[in-house]
Order: sequence, then C-alpha cells, then structure tokens
Amino acid sequence: MTDREIEVGVFLALMTLVVLVGFGAARWRRPADPYDIEEWSVGGRAFGNWTIWFLLGGSMYSAYTFIAVPALTYGVGAIGWFAVPFAIVTTPLTFYFTTRAWSVARRHGFLTHSEFAAARFGSPGLGALVAITGILATIPYVAVQLISLQAVLRTIGFGGEWPLLAAVTLVSVCTFRSGLRAPALLSVVKDVLLGWMLLTAVLMVAMYGGWGSTFRIAAVRFAASPNPADGLLLPETGHLGFLTLVIGSALAIFAYPHALVGMLAAKDRDTVRRNAAALPVYCAALAVMALLGFFALAQGVTPADGDLNTVVPRMIHEYFPAWSAGIAYAALSIAALIPAAVMSIAAANTFTRSLYRTYLRPGASPAAEAWTSRWMSLFVKFGAAGLILAVDPAFSVDLQLIGGVLILQTIPAVFLGLLTGWFHRVALAAGLLSGLAVGLVLMWDIPKLDATGRVVAEHFGGASWSLGDGRTIYVGIVALAVNLLVTAALTLLLKAAGAAEGRDLTRPDDYLADAGDPYLKRLDELIDGLPTAAERRESVG
Amino acid sequence: MAAHARSRSRHWQWLLLIPTAAPLLTPFTNRIEPTLLGVPFFFWYQFACALLATVVITVVYLATRGDRP
Repeated sequence: MTDREIEVGVFLALMTLVVLVGFGAARWRRPADPYDIEEWSVGGRAFGNWTIWFLLGGSMYSAYTFIAVPALTYGVGAIGWFAVPFAIVTTPLTFYFTTRAWSVARRHGFLTHSEFAAARFGSPGLGALVAITGILATIPYVAVQLISLQAVLRTIGFGGEWPLLAAVTLVSVCTFRSGLRAPALLSVVKDVLLGWMLLTAVLMVAMYGGWGSTFRIAAVRFAASPNPADGLLLPETGHLGFLTLVIGSALAIFAYPHALVGMLAAKDRDTVRRNAAALPVYCAALAVMALLGFFALAQGVTPADGDLNTVVPRMIHEYFPAWSAGIAYAALSIAALIPAAVMSIAAANTFTRSLYRTYLRPGASPAAEAWTSRWMSLFVKFGAAGLILAVDPAFSVDLQLIGGVLILQTIPAVFLGLLTGWFHRVALAAGLLSGLAVGLVLMWDIPKLDATGRVVAEHFGGASWSLGDGRTIYVGIVALAVNLLVTAALTLLLKAAGAAEGRDLTRPDDYLADAGDPYLKRLDELIDGLPTAAERRESVG
Repeated sequence: MAAHARSRSRHWQWLLLIPTAAPLLTPFTNRIEPTLLGVPFFFWYQFACALLATVVITVVYLATRGDRP
C-alpha cells in the first residue's frame, strides 16, 4: 500500500466509527422523554465533570482554531499568537460568570443568552435583537468550520463539493437524532485522536532539529519577508492591536450562543467550576498547535493555491507517518463537525426560544419546541454549507470576522447583565444598534491587502482599524466602547426622565442557585408540571 | 454568622484577577530571552500563564467549595 492509501484507509475507518458513535448517542443515558427540548439540546442538564470537559473542548477548540491559528503564526508570527492569551483569559472569567449564568438559566429554564436578556431587562424585543445578532454571527462561524473540513478533505484527495455535503449530511442526521448527546460523545473520540496528533507533532519537531532551530530558521524567514509587521515578537506599534484583539475575542466567547450550550448541560455549579480549572489544558494544546506554524515555516511547507488554511494539513501529510496522518485528518475533521453541530443546536434554540415561542407561536409545547429546534438545526447547517458553496469561501471568513464584531455588541446585555440589572432596556437596544452600526462602518472602511501590501478589495478587509501611525485597534472593541457609552448615557437620561423600566424577572439569589435547591424543584413543578431532570433520571435509571 | 463566613470566603474570588491579568502583560513579555527548550520567552510565558490559571482557579474552588447560598 502506498502512504496515501494508508492515510485514506485510517481516515475512513475512524470516520465510520464516528458515525456509528454519533448514531448510537441517542441511546446513551436515554431520557424518559427524548422529545423534550431540554433533553435534546442540553442533555437534560445532567452531564458530569468529564463529559462537560470534553464537550467544551470539542465545541470551543474547533478545527478552525487548530487550522487557522497555526496558519496565522505561519503567516505573520507573533500576532497570530493572540489566540493563546485569549483562550487563557476566558478560564477565570468562566469560573465566575458562567457559574452565574448556569444558575440563573437553571432556575428559569433558559437555554440561550437571548432569553436571559429578555427576562433580566423585562423586554422580549431586546431578547429578539440579541437572538438575531447571535444567529447572524453563528452561521458564518459554522461555515468556517466547514471550510476547515474542506481544506482537510482536499488534502486527502476528496476535493469538490460532494464529500463536504456527505459529511454535513451525516453530522446533521446525527444531531437531528441525538441532539447534544452526539457531539458530547464524539468529543471524547476527538480528544483522544487529537492527543495522539499533538504527541506525533511534538515528536516530529524533536526529530527535525527541535524548537531551537525551528525558531532560528523562522526568525530568518520573517526577516527576509517584505511585511514589516511579521516576526517572532510583536512590532513596537503592535501592542494595542494585539491586546484589543485578545480582550475582544475573550469577551465574545461569553456572548456566542454555542459557548453557553455546553456549560448549561452541566449537572451542577461545581461541575462548571471544576471545569474552569481544567480548561487551561486545552489552552496549552492550542498553544502547541500555534507553535507548529513556526515549524511549518522553518521547514518550508508551502500552502496549496496560496490558501494558508492548507498549511497544517500539508505539514501533516509531509512530516507525519502515513497512519498517524490518517489519525490527524480524522481528528481535524471531527473537530470541525462537533462545533458545527453544537453551533447549529445553539442557533436553533435561540430561534425557537426568542423568536418562535415569543412571536410566532406563544405557548408552544416542549415537544413543538424540540421539533422546531431540530429542523432549525438542519437549516443552519445546510445554510452554512450553501454559503460556502454558493459564494467565495474567502467571503465566509470575512463574514466570520464581521460576526465576531457583531456578537460583541450583545455583551452589555448578556455578560454585564449577569452582574447588574441597572441598564434600561431601551438604552441597551440603542447601544446594541449603535455598536453594530459603528462596527460595520469601520470595517467597511478597511481595505484588504495582499502579502505585498497591494489593495485587492476595497471593503471588509479585516477587523484591525488603522490609527494612522502604524498602530491598529480591533474594531469590535471600538464598537463596544461606543455601545457602552450610548447604553450608559441613555440609561441615565431615561432614569432621570422617569421612563418606565422593564420588570427584572430574576432575583439576586437566582444567580447562586444550585442543583437540588428546593426552590428550583418547586419552580419546575409550578411552571409546567414537569418532573425535574433529577427525578426523571431516577425514574429511568 | 453564616452570612459573614460566606462573604469572607467570597473574597477568595478576587484571586481570579491574577490569571485574568497575567496573559495580558504582553508589552512586558515581548522578548526572545530567556528561552526554554529553544522556545522564546514570549511564547513559553503563556504556557506558564495556563498553568497559573489552573492553580489559582483550583485554589479558589477549594476555598469556596463549602459555600451554600
């Protein structure tokens, strides 16, 4: 057998295993009522430490991260490293903020940020605005996962549209049937394969001269390139752009719908908190991947057709033993499909809870909600696939960048809202809209440059806004600053004018509620007469 | 009494500011030397931050574990 045949054979065998696990997942801890939206979309809020840890790793550290981050360090050096401090900063914030979000969501039965915003500020309209922003930001995020998958499939030799559509169909059916249970189980498989891939990569670096020579050669290559901003260290003018990108990206994690789904599936507060302590392990894994960009540069790996996303798949093909390369390709493919599944579940819930149930069919039964969410999740995935097949893939990447700036504008409502209900609902909506406007206008003004500094497109060429003296600033942060100013100023004005405030449906102790607290159980029974998740588990097992 | 003890153990949460701020000190860590296993300081410093985050969060978790609101 040739190397290529071994690669493809190992890859296909592992992917078959994945599909079987995905289908079987519906039977895992089979709930009494699989058609309840809580069971389908957050696993009945009953996942323990290990499941949550794998699931979070699976949904946050996606193939896009593992392919795009090394592509960035390969292309520009230190600036691409922003993803690592960004990931680390989110962990202590998760410990504090996500625990609060978990409690309030558990007590009120929220599945999404938008429901929380609506209840906290007494405004379904604000919830709908947050929901629409969330869905718009999520679809291109799913699309870039599929682009990463396409880059892997192309490297193995499955070019064209059909392999991609086949993969999307399989994962859609798994999600439709098994809900969050499928990505949760697959995350375990993915992490085992990914662990193997990282081990192989570290051994590979040791065999080809070690990190010392890798960085020496990479430094020489950066020095030879015409781009003044690249290098092993940040340029003197690069700090502002770097730090605002780190902070903006870290905050955005607390606003993306999919980031919440995994955490809401936790069975109690301590599960969330213990997971925050264990998440830096993923940060270290991401850091190792990022360093591989320098290895690829030092070894002179060249991207296919100038597409930097193919750098990692090509490096794997050239330097890994064939069977290990097959494992790595499977790991990357699953790492694209899991987040795509979780994101589509999150976007679907957002639609169901904040638009469908609020405006289209008030009083929809849990079964009708689950049905809507399941079909909506299909729509999101095929919509994303359609997006990358119908338009230039590079456009999806731009859309994802724009999506990041957009989602950041919901931070005052969904993140600061966890701390305070001080803001006025109208001020929050106005702040959100002005943040969106500022973000879009600034990005409209950013031309796209190619490697030699020539303008290749007039608009939406990135999210780094030039301040003129060589320094740049992340557009998302500028827009968020405007957003916060508008929100705060209008809140003061409206309060001074005595405008009617929305009724805050949450109480301070909602943010500290834990599983098993008696009020929680009573509330469950009061609201819909359903037995609590814990009772349902008892009756099953 | 119980409320008082709870608010004191809540103070442990302020420790979380350390791992939040540490990765953001890049203007001060933007240097090659000292290298570790050939990796420049700028990069291995963040590995140290990840370790620090795990340690601090574990400490805060253990110190506040008994809290029941």
